[in-house]
Amino acid sequence: MEKIILKDIPNLDNIDVYISNSGYSALKKVLTSLKPEEVTEEVKKSGLRGRGGACFYTGVKWTFMPKGNDKPKFLCCNGDESEPGSFKDREIFEKNPHQFIEGALIAAYAMGIGKIYVYIRGEYWKWINIMEECVADAYKKGFIGKNILGSDFSVDMYVHKGAGAYICGEESSLMNSLEGKRGYPRVKPPFPASFGVWGNPTTINNIETLANVPEIINKGAEWFSKIGNPKHPGTLLFGVSGHVNKPGVYELPTGTPLMTIINDYCGGVTNGKQIKMVIPGGSSMPPLTREEAEKALMDNENLREFNTFIGTAGIIVMNEDTDIVDVIRRISKFYYHESCGQCTPCREGTGWMLKVLDRICKGEGKKNDIDLLVSVAENIEGNTICALGDAAAWPVKWTIKKFRNEFEKKIKDDKSKLPVLNKVHGLRKSEEYNLIDEDELTVTKNLFGKVQENINNPDVKRFSS
Amino acid sequence: MEVKQNYIPAFDENELKQVQLHISKYPKPMAAVMPVLWMIQDKYGWISIEAMKYTGDLLGLPYDHVLGVATFYTMYFKKPMGKHHLQVCTNVSCMLRGGYEIYNHISDKLGIKNKEVTADGMFSIEEVECLGSCATAPMLQVNNREFYENLTTQSIDKLIDDLRKTV
Repeated sequence: MEKIILKDIPNLDNIDVYISNSGYSALKKVLTSLKPEEVTEEVKKSGLRGRGGACFYTGVKWTFMPKGNDKPKFLCCNGDESEPGSFKDREIFEKNPHQFIEGALIAAYAMGIGKIYVYIRGEYWKWINIMEECVADAYKKGFIGKNILGSDFSVDMYVHKGAGAYICGEESSLMNSLEGKRGYPRVKPPFPASFGVWGNPTTINNIETLANVPEIINKGAEWFSKIGNPKHPGTLLFGVSGHVNKPGVYELPTGTPLMTIINDYCGGVTNGKQIKMVIPGGSSMPPLTREEAEKALMDNENLREFNTFIGTAGIIVMNEDTDIVDVIRRISKFYYHESCGQCTPCREGTGWMLKVLDRICKGEGKKNDIDLLVSVAENIEGNTICALGDAAAWPVKWTIKKFRNEFEKKIKDDKSKLPVLNKVHGLRKSEEYNLIDEDELTVTKNLFGKVQENINNPDVKRFSS
Repeated sequence: MEVKQNYIPAFDENELKQVQLHISKYPKPMAAVMPVLWMIQDKYGWISIEAMKYTGDLLGLPYDHVLGVATFYTMYFKKPMGKHHLQVCTNVSCMLRGGYEIYNHISDKLGIKNKEVTADGMFSIEEVECLGSCATAPMLQVNNREFYENLTTQSIDKLIDDLRKTV
């Protein structure tokens, strides 16, 4: 299989090795023979889709940028990569950083951008150092800077170090973080292409997306569009972790069967066990059951059949002995920790879900907790500024849908007690109220009776009198 | 990592040049707040209230803005940590391969809980979220820098002994 990004060439991070392997030739080609619109058109024709999770068409995104130079324009390269189970950009920084730099430069040329910021998560200390060296090398060779390769195209590139916030991988949060603010996501519209960093037109692309661009220019859009699934063409960097024998990053065409990745590339599940659950695209994506995993083809279009998405292609494999509820509890803890606190449904809801999951894991779960979890998840989903709310809600909601018996097994309490929230807000249909067990009704009646008694009793002192 | 318990924040001439370099990268000086906070943490080991005020003065920002930024990002330490701050990942991929065993082993061995420092100031431990090292789980990071991957309880014992020896 031909690889686009993680090529089998040693020391590609060295700029001389990269150049001798026809590196920066796409940039030369673009600067000497193509107009900016032609570059965008080529990328559009290739069908390249964003690799950060949303799978939006990259070429189309580039056309959103306004023409002309009324305002300075910016390109932000998203290397925040904090999704649990996702570790592909790190491989690009380590194995083929110059191809990403070249891709970013081509993108800047296509959109008339003068400044590129590479936002890398603060934990990637080693890879930030690598990138800073690589950018400095490219400056020395004249690929970045003023009048690149004798053309009238000039661009600057800076590496910006994050400081440990998952939310900064969200594009509008990344922009706020870059401006030196708290990483709060912004309300859209206005979209970044019209009002981005410092109020200027901005495009945000994932590192892997940009790393694909030089090869599209060199080999043509048609070549690229024929790799993998035509609706989601190219290769993906599958980061496989969890219970497999050879975890790692594997570059394979889109549409590769999940079981081929697990069995042929990763050496199968550890200790010859069966699969119980697979998360196909980083912790926020709804999981697959074993039956679904056996049928799943790994691209965004085919995964929709199982109500899940490709995300960042971070595959987490779990064997038959895994405690699914505990896994979901840990994932919920992550989102509770990473919620920026701006929107109430996400800030409060993630905490509620964690509390309920904690008590289920401790064996103190109540029979209605499972429905309560779904109810909380559904009230977060779609009600927040950014997608972190959805990312927190999906794993809980869909794991319960697909693995409900796992949750039920953990709950010993068999009395049907409706959560207070549902009673108050009437989230349930009226006939369901009949499910409230008698004991609870008596308790409520007694309580109300006592209150009534006290009100009628003139001997009870009240503040008002 | 050198950790100063109490310090009066002050940059020397070279460091001030570095600050100017950071400011020059962005259209507005506010954007340099994260790089400058990193410089403070690298120099003193943590970011004190005085250091936040100092950063604000350098960049012409109100102190409360710097406080807001410093407290939003988890990698900025708002109190002195141990000389060797061990950040153990316990997120899904690490958890599946024994992340919690590693965390509990260190916690028991050093007798400290999350974000606590040992009495001699040598070690502190923190339970952190995914560090992007899922294929080589379980893993930990020391002082926001070096990754130590594919850990076992034996390799942890060795790592702690080795770190203790480094001055």
